[in-house]
Amino acid sequence: MDTAFFFIQLLNGLQYGLLLFLVACGLTLIFGIMGIINLAHGSFYMIGAYIAWSLASMTGNLLLAILLGIPLTVLLGMLLEALLFRHLYARDHLYQVLMTYGLILVFEELRSIVWGDDVHGVAVPGMLSGSIPLTDNLSYPVYRLAISGVCLMLAGGLYWLIQKTRLGMMIRAGSTNREMVQALGINIKLLYTLIFALGVALAAFAGMIAAPVSSVYPNMGAQVLIICFVVVVIGGIGSVWGALLASLLIGLTDTFGKVLLPEYAGVSTYLLMALVLLWRPEGLFKRI
Amino acid sequence: MSDYNRRDFLKSSAALAAFSGVSAAGTLLPAAMARAQGASAKVRVGLMLPYTGTFAQLGVAIENGFRLALAERGGKFGGRELEFFKVDDESDPPKAPENANKLVQRDKVDVVVGTVHSGVAMGMAKVIRESGTLWINPNAGADEVTGVLCAPNIFRTSFSNWQTTHALGKVLKAKGHKNAVFITWKYAAGEQMMAGFKEGFEKEGGKLTKELYLPFPQVEFQALLTEIASIKPDAVVAFFAGGGAAKFLKDYQAAGLKGKIPLYGSGFLTDGVLEAVGDAGEGVETTLHYADGLDTKKDNAFRLAYAKTYKLQPDVYAVQGYDAGQLLAAGLDGVKGNVGDKAGMIKAMEAAKIDSPRGQWTLSKSHNPVQDMYLRKVVGKQNKVMGVAWKALADPARGCKA
Repeated sequence: MDTAFFFIQLLNGLQYGLLLFLVACGLTLIFGIMGIINLAHGSFYMIGAYIAWSLASMTGNLLLAILLGIPLTVLLGMLLEALLFRHLYARDHLYQVLMTYGLILVFEELRSIVWGDDVHGVAVPGMLSGSIPLTDNLSYPVYRLAISGVCLMLAGGLYWLIQKTRLGMMIRAGSTNREMVQALGINIKLLYTLIFALGVALAAFAGMIAAPVSSVYPNMGAQVLIICFVVVVIGGIGSVWGALLASLLIGLTDTFGKVLLPEYAGVSTYLLMALVLLWRPEGLFKRI
Repeated sequence: MSDYNRRDFLKSSAALAAFSGVSAAGTLLPAAMARAQGASAKVRVGLMLPYTGTFAQLGVAIENGFRLALAERGGKFGGRELEFFKVDDESDPPKAPENANKLVQRDKVDVVVGTVHSGVAMGMAKVIRESGTLWINPNAGADEVTGVLCAPNIFRTSFSNWQTTHALGKVLKAKGHKNAVFITWKYAAGEQMMAGFKEGFEKEGGKLTKELYLPFPQVEFQALLTEIASIKPDAVVAFFAGGGAAKFLKDYQAAGLKGKIPLYGSGFLTDGVLEAVGDAGEGVETTLHYADGLDTKKDNAFRLAYAKTYKLQPDVYAVQGYDAGQLLAAGLDGVKGNVGDKAGMIKAMEAAKIDSPRGQWTLSKSHNPVQDMYLRKVVGKQNKVMGVAWKALADPARGCKA
């Protein structure tokens, strides 16, 4: 593999990792701040993709579909939190696993009833549909670069939100000591609802922007969920920084694993997880 | 407790006894009626197909095709009506023996029709061989099913993985390609597709320079597409199906490889996914035992009937399901509906000449179709037939001792 292709593979790995980060950071936020293991997180990714597909088919424009879809998913997140998740904060993780696993099954069936079981494609928005030639026979799709850019911006936005705003302060405080925050007069219930909605919206948004490159099909949620959990475990539960680093690591490991060690490509990410856990059992970073 | 005396107790137990007596009689009644009806009871058909997951679309198409064959014969095969028992195998190989047992042991079906995923079929094979139940396989192409695991009661109306890529060797040679790269998922079907192509291509003097694998069912192709670009082969041959095929076609185009390195595959790469991929599939050439635009009387009639009944265009999976129905019909016709005469059914099915939308075909000794492989090209969201790549190709049935 010469240098040119090495750098292209590097780009591939980073781009894959950034998209993974977008889905995984919602999971780690919900887990770290609210203490909820949300197995249904992959389903939100799938719901985002299907919403993007149906709205894009109706309006003919993916960007418009995304703009319309985000408020829908925020609402969905708030609804789910108020109706279901709120009752599980004080409970054991096992109850959360049970409930969210049930949610996965419910969402899959609903998806089958509402949207059917076929594979669907979403067109890349016109202005982003070109490809940049990198070598004499390989081009890089502009859209993938655009996705990476958006993911980076969102990562920066999250960092600013959590570290530099008052809301972020409340989030961080609420994750360490929920009762004290309540005693200080902060509406912790509303805070939790907002965080959950944010997590859901992030996963759904990732599904929406990934829809043109990954196609929309049944079971897409389950595939992404497993790798998300690997990201969260490697990065450290609750740490957004950790999720970013872990996603990039996994993106690179998966990409180079496929090319250099094709026999072991399937286990390369899990090997990475095992190694990291041996070195640092709590993951790369501790809390937020 | 003081209000509940002996009289009430006797009343409630009498009611309970009466109720259980009636319900017991009620459950025995249909079985008794079935026994009384004897020969006019329905033939029990077990459908083991993926109704969820990435191959769900294929499972639905197969069942649609099967039911169309039944409807065309007035709802009866060999004068008997059919009763369906469905199991969703979720394309999950570890669950396959358990799912097969649900049909064979629990529902006691006379015939099992299934499945799509080759790994699931291998899981079913052991159960089926032990129970001796008739098995008509409408898709799963694992070579072993009519190879090492062949048995008199096992039939296939689809293809063997080897068959669908073997003809590509001739096709690539005719186009002047001297070397190629094969890319697929690392599972039974992918490996067999690759082996079939390698054998056919090397026989024509070609060289398979690299075998690229992706863990099933991953769809992150970017790294391997970059690898293909760095290898610069004359041609790329790919096997993917369903959602993965759609994504691969789109990624291949987005990576700029589409105009530069010609893409070929077995027909599954472009079947059922052309709506989803836009123009990313245009010009891709594949070989398969079915194509659009065959323009035979049987195919036109089939496509019209299918579109009218299901408001969908049929695909190769629907044809395979339809032919599974036709094969079972031939079997039941041969024994005049006596589904207990399994040996008679097997003989009738072996001798059957299936008038299929894909053309006429017969079964090989190992019960796999001997059929023409068409060369197809994607033109305007259709897999248009370009010619016959290989006439009456038979799977070599390596390891079959039947």
